[in-house]
Amino acid sequence: MPIKTEPFVMNIGPQHPSTHGVFRMRVTLDGERITDAEMVIGYLHRSMEKLAEERTWTQNIPFTDRMDYLAAMTGNLGYCIAVERLAGIEVPERAQYLRVMFAELQRIASHAMANGTFINDCGAWQTPLFYMFREREKILDLFEMACGARLTLNYMRIGGVAFDLPDEFMPRLQSLIDELPDRIAEYEGLSLENEILLMRSRDIGVLSPELAINASVSGPMLRGSGIAWDVRKADPYSIYDRFDFDIPVGYNGDCYDRFIVRMEEVRQSVRIVKQAMEGLPAGNHLADVPLNFRPPEGELYSRIESPKGELGFYLVSDGGPVPYRFHVRSPSLINLSALREMVIGQSVADAIVTLGSIDINVGEVDR
Amino acid sequence: MASATTLVPGPQLAERISAAVPDSVVGVQEGWVEVDAGKLLDVGRFLHDDRELDARYLNQLGAVDRFDYFEVVYHLTSLSHNHEMVLKVRADHDEPQVPSVVSVWYGAHLQEREAYDLMGIRFPGHPDMKRLFLWEGFPGHPLRKDFMSLPGGFKPGLQRFPKEDPEAWGGEFRAD
Repeated sequence: MPIKTEPFVMNIGPQHPSTHGVFRMRVTLDGERITDAEMVIGYLHRSMEKLAEERTWTQNIPFTDRMDYLAAMTGNLGYCIAVERLAGIEVPERAQYLRVMFAELQRIASHAMANGTFINDCGAWQTPLFYMFREREKILDLFEMACGARLTLNYMRIGGVAFDLPDEFMPRLQSLIDELPDRIAEYEGLSLENEILLMRSRDIGVLSPELAINASVSGPMLRGSGIAWDVRKADPYSIYDRFDFDIPVGYNGDCYDRFIVRMEEVRQSVRIVKQAMEGLPAGNHLADVPLNFRPPEGELYSRIESPKGELGFYLVSDGGPVPYRFHVRSPSLINLSALREMVIGQSVADAIVTLGSIDINVGEVDR
Repeated sequence: MASATTLVPGPQLAERISAAVPDSVVGVQEGWVEVDAGKLLDVGRFLHDDRELDARYLNQLGAVDRFDYFEVVYHLTSLSHNHEMVLKVRADHDEPQVPSVVSVWYGAHLQEREAYDLMGIRFPGHPDMKRLFLWEGFPGHPLRKDFMSLPGGFKPGLQRFPKEDPEAWGGEFRAD
C-alpha cells in the first residue's frame, strides 16, 4: 500500500525563545526538510518613521535607542552623525573619542549577546549565554555610570555627548579592558573547537559571497562570507581613520564563520577602545548646538557600522524644525533578505541555528 | 581601496547611463541622477553589470512623498571601487508604480515591500508584493503625508485615524 504524504506548514514563533523576539517564520516541511519559508514580521512595528516627522531633530534621538535596543549607542551615533552632516555641525575632539569608545563597548556587548544566544540556539542551554553576560553586565554598568541608563541610553547628542565621564569611570574601564583579552581566550577555548558546536554550525546556512552582495546583507554576515567590507574602514566616519584595527573575514559563509567573525571583532574592538583611552583629550564634550535648530534644505544618506551591519539614515530636510522624511536602513531587516535562500533544504533545527547566526533584533527589524 | 567612499558625480553618471540606455535620464543634479521609470530596469542592469561603475550593492531603497509625486531613491555602492551612486525615480501620486528591481538586486525584496506597505507605491514585477509590517486590510499607507494631520493644521491629512472613520476608506475596517 503506497503511503500518501503531503507538505506540512508549521509556524515558528512569534513567541518562541529562539526567534529572538516576536519574529514568525512559516515553514513548509517535507518530513524534516524545509521546502519553503516565509517570514511574517511587524509585531513590533511602532511607526517610528512617521512619528519622527512630527518631532524635532533632537527629539528623535530616543527613537534610535529603541530600534536596536541591544546596541542603543550605535543607533544614537548613526543618527547624530547623519544630522551633523546634514546641518554641518562640528563635534569637539573629546566627544569624538568618547563616541568611538562607547560605540566599541556597545559592539562588544552586542556581540556577546549575539554569540551567547547563538550557542544557546545550537543547544548549549543558557550556560554560555551567562558567561557572555558577565562582560556585558560590566559594560552596562559603565554605561550606567556615564549616562544613568543601561539599555535605552540616549547618551549622544547632536554635536557631542550628553555628559562627561565621572572620575571613577576610567579605572573601571581600564580593569575591564585588561581582563577582556583573557575572557575572550576563555570563550574561544570553550567554544571554538567544541565538537557539538562545530557539528551544529559548520556548513549550515551557507551564504555565498555573490548572494551576500546581491541581497545587500552587511556586517558580520557579509564578512563571514569572505567580503572584507566594513564601513569603519571603507568610509570612515567620526574619527575611525585614526585607529589601527583589522577586519576579520570568514571563508565558507556558514554559521560558524559568522560566529568566529563576531568573536574576533570583539578583540578588534578592545584594541580600538584601548587606543581611544590613550588618545582621549581634555576639553568640551558637547558643541554649542541649539536644541531646536533648522538644517538647510537637502537630503543625505549617512551610514555607520553598527554591530548588526550597515545602519543607514536617509534624512530629507525641508529647512524646517522637523525632518521631512526619516528613513532608516536597518541592518537587521535587510540581513533577513537572504533568509529564505539560506534555510530551504535544511532541517528545522538547522534553520533555528541559521536564524541565530544572522543576529537579528526585532526592534530594529520592525522599527 | 580608497580611504573614503566617493560619490560618482551626477553629470558623469548621467553621461554613462544615457550612452548605454538612450533617453533614460530625465534630470541631473550634482548628487543624483533621475531616470525614467519605464527604463529603470535597463538602467539598473547596466549599472549592476558595468565593470567600471560596478553598482552591485544596493545600500538602501527609500521612498519620499513630495505631495505632487512620489520619489523612490536608490543608493548604490561598488564594493570593489568604493564609490557610490544615487538614482531617483519619480512616480505619479494618484497611481504610484515603479518597476521592481528585485531581479537585479535581490536585497530590494523586503525594502520594496516596506515601501509598498508604508508609502503605497506598487512595484510591478515583484515576486511577492504584499504588506510587510502592517496587516492586509489596513486602511491606507501611513507614511504618506496626507495620512494624518497634525493639530494646528501643520500638515494636511485626515482628521482622525482611519480605524475610527471607515467611511473615508469606503468600507468596514478589517483586522485580519
